[in-house]
Formats: sequence, structure tokens, C-alpha cells
Amino acid sequence: MLWAEDLGHRYGAVRALDGISFSLTPGQTLAIFGPNGAGKTTLLKVLAGLLHPSRGRAHIEGGRHAVGWIGHQSQLYGHLSVLENLRFWASLYDVDPEGAVFARRATDLLGRLGLEALEHRLVRVLSRGQLQRAAIARALIHDPRVLLLDEPFTGLDRVAAGELRRLLAEEAAEGRVTVLVTHNVEEGVELATEIAFMRGGRFVQLGARGGRDAAAVAAAYREAVPGA
Amino acid sequence: MRKTLRHAWIVARKDLLLEFRSRTAILSAVVFTALVLVIFEFGRDPTAIATLDLAPSILWVTFSFAAMLGLNRAFQAELENQALDGLLLAPVSRISLYWGKLLANLAFVAVVETVGLLLFTLFFNVPVGHILLPLVGVIALATTGFIAVGTLFSAMVIRTRFAELMLPVLLLPFLIPPLVGAVQVTAKLLAGRPLSEVGGWLRLLLAYDIVFVSLASILFPSTVTE
Repeated sequence: MLWAEDLGHRYGAVRALDGISFSLTPGQTLAIFGPNGAGKTTLLKVLAGLLHPSRGRAHIEGGRHAVGWIGHQSQLYGHLSVLENLRFWASLYDVDPEGAVFARRATDLLGRLGLEALEHRLVRVLSRGQLQRAAIARALIHDPRVLLLDEPFTGLDRVAAGELRRLLAEEAAEGRVTVLVTHNVEEGVELATEIAFMRGGRFVQLGARGGRDAAAVAAAYREAVPGA
Repeated sequence: MRKTLRHAWIVARKDLLLEFRSRTAILSAVVFTALVLVIFEFGRDPTAIATLDLAPSILWVTFSFAAMLGLNRAFQAELENQALDGLLLAPVSRISLYWGKLLANLAFVAVVETVGLLLFTLFFNVPVGHILLPLVGVIALATTGFIAVGTLFSAMVIRTRFAELMLPVLLLPFLIPPLVGAVQVTAKLLAGRPLSEVGGWLRLLLAYDIVFVSLASILFPSTVTE
């Protein structure tokens, strides 16, 4: 479904990615933990096709149609309503915004995300938590099989972060492949089936989460990435 | 091709809706146009230079600087909440993004130019009714060329500091050929001369459009890719 083989990327003299390889099958969620500058966002951008790798290859079954991106920026237009944003993004993914598929998907997502009452509200007046929920709806509106999540919990309070985790768990249960990058172990561990620790553009550890809880993963992370 | 055009229309429609909702750039451009024309009207000495000699230059200086205001805002909305990354991530060809932006910019500038032309005839008492069709044709030809280049440069500078300063610096040298051509053709039209006298300038404007729309469509993908 998604694989990367010996990925490398440089920003001038700075090596942002160095020999990243992994593969994921439907239903798997890879949580990548690393400090700032470890190369996490660069890896997601290479996987999404926003950056060309300097070396190696990455592949997502279904190409760009299959990808949904949730970052700490919503990628929504402030002067459009939530629904207008969804219509715009859906149409770019060849989902007819006037069709039954869109109507069903939008109703389902807005309902699950608690945004029904806000669908006609302009995005620029939404709170941070509402904005993030709208961003999730935008990322899922075309029913992507692969979710790339770049620090999606940034700026959310505990309740909103909990809601986001619940929603992402539901999405993963539907067989999506998820790659989540964050510097906060507690936020990502619950969702993960696979875990990687990243430093200096490399995976210093990669494997199944197994039965480890957040504390065990955090301890392993501190050991693998000293000073994190 | 149909898909590319459809995506271009989706992007253009979104840009126009955003502009319609915010109205910031269109109002600034229209007010700017009115101010420039007022300054020229009251700042010139009609006994020293005949209105018809000065009018084409005034018209095109006003149009080009007003268009610059519009071009500066072309990619501004895409930086808000990093929507540009979303556009680049979507399964949409970069060319359709460029054409969508070009279309929206042309519509934006067309509105500003319509208001500008009305104010121009009002302030300078230049009758354009009898040459309206060819004049609109020349305005469309010249505008398409410099907006094609401007849209490309607008995308190039959007992630740089001082983007609003960089755009005119980059764009103005490229505006010289279409502006010279447009001024020449407009002068002849206002003087009541036939279009056959400016066939060379019209061909230059057309060639400029073809070359720069094609070139910008080819170069645009590499300007927006990191």
C-alpha cells in the first residue's frame, strides 16, 4: 500500500533524510517520533510527492488521489464556509460536489466531527479546535486510503486532541494506512501499530509497537534519542 | 485537456469567490485607478500637451500599476493556512493551477480596466464609443500578455520576503513590449486611424501572448515545486 526504499533528501548541504525504508499495509499506523529538525515533515512531504527525494523511491498505491494530509495548518480558505471548502477540495479530487457521494460523505464527516451546525460558517471565524476538525473533514472528504499526519495535535486542548485520536482510530479501523509524525510520544502512541524514532534524518529504531504503553515507548524513545 | 480546463475553472472560480467575499484587492485597485487618473487630470497642463497625445500613456500606466496590485494578491490566499501545499498535493496538474490563477487574474484586471476606462473617458473627455470594440480587443491582447508573465512571477516571489517589492522589479522589464505596443495602437485608435496602420504592433502583441502564455505554462510547475 505504501512503501519507501532508501529515501534520502538534502536541503543544500543539510541532509534531511538519509536511508529511510519501510512499508505499510492497510490498517497499519506508523507513528514517527523525533525532535524538531529530525526530518519528519520532510519525510511526509516526500511520501506525499510534495518534495522529490534526492535518492531512493517512495510509492503510494493510488497515487495522489489516495492521499489525505492533516497538518498543523488547516489548508482551508478563511473567506469560504466549511461546506464551500469541502466542495472545492472534493472537486479537485474528482468528487462531484453536487453528487450523492459527496453529500453522503460530507454529511457523515460533518456529523462525526460535530460540525453540522457550523457547515455554513466562514472558516476564518472558527476556533482553533473547530478549524482542526474542519481540516480533518477536508483531508477525508475524498475518502483517501492513506493518511499523512504532520503534528496534527498542535494547538489542540486535551479534549480536542482526544476527539482527534478517537476519529483517527476509527479511520484506521476502516483499513486506512496512516503515517503520523510528532515530537510528543504521549499524543501518538495510542494510535500506532508501528513505531519509529527519528534523528538526523534516519530511523534509529523501527518496529511494531506490540503491547507497549505510552510510558514504555517514551522510555525507549529517550534512550534511542538522548536529549529528546 | 478537458480535465485540465475543468480544474483550472475550479481554481479560478474559487479565487473569484474569495475576492468577491473579501473585496480588499479589487477595492484597492479601483481606488488606485481613480486616484491615478485624478492626479493626471489635475496635474497636467492641457495647453502644453494635447489630451490625445497624453491619453494612451496615462491609460496604460494606470492599467499596468493597477494590475500589479491584483497580481500581488494572486497567491496571497494560498499562503493562508498553507492552502498552497494542499493544491500541490491534490491530483491536479500544475498547468491547470496556473491557468486557473491566470483566468482569475484576467477577470480581476478586466473589472479594474472597465472601471478605469469609464473614468478615463469621464476625466479626459476622450470619446471612445466609436472605437470601443477594437480598443477592448487591444486591451485584452496586451493585458493577457502581461498578466501571463505576472501570474508566473507572482508564484515565484510569493514565498520570498518583500514579495510585494520583488514583483514589480521582476515584472516591469517584461511589461515594456506589450505596453509599448498597446500605447501605440491605442494612440492610433484614439486619433481615428485605421487598424491596418498598426498591424505590426498587433502581431507583436499576439506573438507576445502566445509565447509568454506557453512559456509560463511550462515554467510554472518548477516555480511552485519546493
